[in-house]
Amino acid sequence: MSSPQGNCPNCGAPVKFLWSSAVQTTCEFCHSILVRTDVDLKKVGEVADLPPDASPIQIGTEGAYGNKSFVVVGRIIYEYEQGAWNEWHIVYNDGTSGWLADAQLEYDLSWLTAAPEQLPAPARKGQSFQWQGKNYEVTSVTKAHYKGVQGELPFQYWDKSEMLFADLRTSAGDFATIDYSENPPLLFLGRAVEFDDLHLKNLREFEGWR
Amino acid sequence: MAPVQAKSISCPNCGGPVQLRGFEHTLSVVCPQCHSVLDTSTAEVAILQTFQEKTQVQPTIPLGARGTIGGTQYEVIGFQVREVADGDDSYSWDEYLLFNPYKGFRYLTEYNGHWNFVHTESAIPEPSRSAGKFAMRYGGKTYVAFDSMTAATVYVLGEFPWRVRTGEAVACQDFIAPPLMLSSESTGDEVTWSRAEYIKGSEVWQAFKLPGSPPPVYGVFANQPSPYGARIGASWRTWLWLNVALAAMAFLFMVISPGRVAYSNHYAYFQGVKSDSAFVTPTFSLDGRNSNVKLSIHTDLDNNWAYFNFALINDQTGQTFDFAREVSYYHDSDGSEGSRNNSVIIPSVPSGQYYMRVEPEMAPGSPYMRYDLELRRNVPNYAFFWITAVLLLIPPVLTTFRKGGFEAARWRESDFGAMIPRGGGGDD
Repeated sequence: MSSPQGNCPNCGAPVKFLWSSAVQTTCEFCHSILVRTDVDLKKVGEVADLPPDASPIQIGTEGAYGNKSFVVVGRIIYEYEQGAWNEWHIVYNDGTSGWLADAQLEYDLSWLTAAPEQLPAPARKGQSFQWQGKNYEVTSVTKAHYKGVQGELPFQYWDKSEMLFADLRTSAGDFATIDYSENPPLLFLGRAVEFDDLHLKNLREFEGWR
Repeated sequence: MAPVQAKSISCPNCGGPVQLRGFEHTLSVVCPQCHSVLDTSTAEVAILQTFQEKTQVQPTIPLGARGTIGGTQYEVIGFQVREVADGDDSYSWDEYLLFNPYKGFRYLTEYNGHWNFVHTESAIPEPSRSAGKFAMRYGGKTYVAFDSMTAATVYVLGEFPWRVRTGEAVACQDFIAPPLMLSSESTGDEVTWSRAEYIKGSEVWQAFKLPGSPPPVYGVFANQPSPYGARIGASWRTWLWLNVALAAMAFLFMVISPGRVAYSNHYAYFQGVKSDSAFVTPTFSLDGRNSNVKLSIHTDLDNNWAYFNFALINDQTGQTFDFAREVSYYHDSDGSEGSRNNSVIIPSVPSGQYYMRVEPEMAPGSPYMRYDLELRRNVPNYAFFWITAVLLLIPPVLTTFRKGGFEAARWRESDFGAMIPRGGGGDD
């Protein structure tokens, strides 16, 4: 791995990595998508201008959950039939990473988890699963596509034209997502969280609001 | 980064300006000029619906008003009237959409002066039962099934984070745990749960600094906390303490005012010594105002009985008080019956010089009995304490009845008031 720093092969601007394990990032200046190789940064594409959005979170937002603090290093914007949501890529102070979803200001934290069983393809709404002694129920099955990427991600961006997600919930506020864009599907486990539970700092500001 | 700017669009129907308060979260907005419902989810603003309603509804809390609830400031950005059309039993309620750019969306609902502050829940409640009724378990509480209905949006103003349309109907179910209520709204297989907390109109008025006073309250609402709920416990506790005080008072009376002994003596009864066992006592004085006299009899009877005829006679006027008492005491290995002692209270005896005529009787063949007689003037009357104890029962019993009435009024509005609903959905 190269040092977590370099220059954009497209425009020469400095590119800094907040997370040493990042596979991909975007250049803040020319919006090139850059992938880290063993020797340097390679431009693999270009992102369109990010669509305007009103998430209060931004790259560099810091927070804490439980006894771990985290910083937001990247994001994916997904678009679906009923709007869009943000998956913020967050890196914890112990070096692990996870996701903070913001769907119309409803927040969920999740982590990639080894699937305890073979995941059904695709899950049906209302179906339930027993994981780690908890009863998860499929609450939505959503078709979505990438609308934009920004910052550092744990994998290489490729154009997934359409992706399928199943969201699951328990009665105690546990949350899970099955991501069907990979084979076998990926399982993310986590929790629904209230804004105040995240102790966020360095947030965006809104005109007319303190 | 620069602050996120509030957006403004032009209405494609009338060309008028439309301010957006919900930033990019707003997916639809009602043009304040021509009341068209506009889709703002794409750069090209589209008309979702043109308003047919002639009558205009003025929301009690104006759009754009800001208020602080639970320490968070919210702005009213949307308003809808939702109606349940059920034949003659139609009714509607108002729903305000509240927004904070960090904390998200909340709702305030109002029906007949009853307000609820509502939060959409992402976790899913678990079906349960409570006292034979269908219920939901959520967040450690049990919510009892109350009502189900189909509600249609009949009027909209402002903006919404979804594509709002009038005429759209959803199936609703309410479960209550006053002051909380858990509600589900379903369209097709899409189910949304929300949790409402009952708040007073005055709190809403204070939060939004609204002029005047909140609309008057009619009836009892599903999740309205009972005003008697806490008072019942309190009134029974008060009753208990008053009784303790009463008993202490009675005890004190007994100690400080046991009455004065006017006459007392020891006697023995031997059958057959005299043909007539009657005798008279020496005279004694009863003084003070008209007052009672208590005669106590203490015997040494053992598996036997005795019968006493008494006459209390005024030496000067001849006024006579006649009375009698039986004393009987029996015991064996199974237990005992009766008592060796007895007493009688003669009310309203005027003062003066008195003597008493005593005539004891026993069953034939009973050889011997010792007994004491004691006459006390002016003893405390415990009937007063018993009457007071009964009167003290009135307030807690009334409060208990009122709570029952309040609950009856609540459940009259319920689908499940009188009957036990058949099972619950989702078990198949």
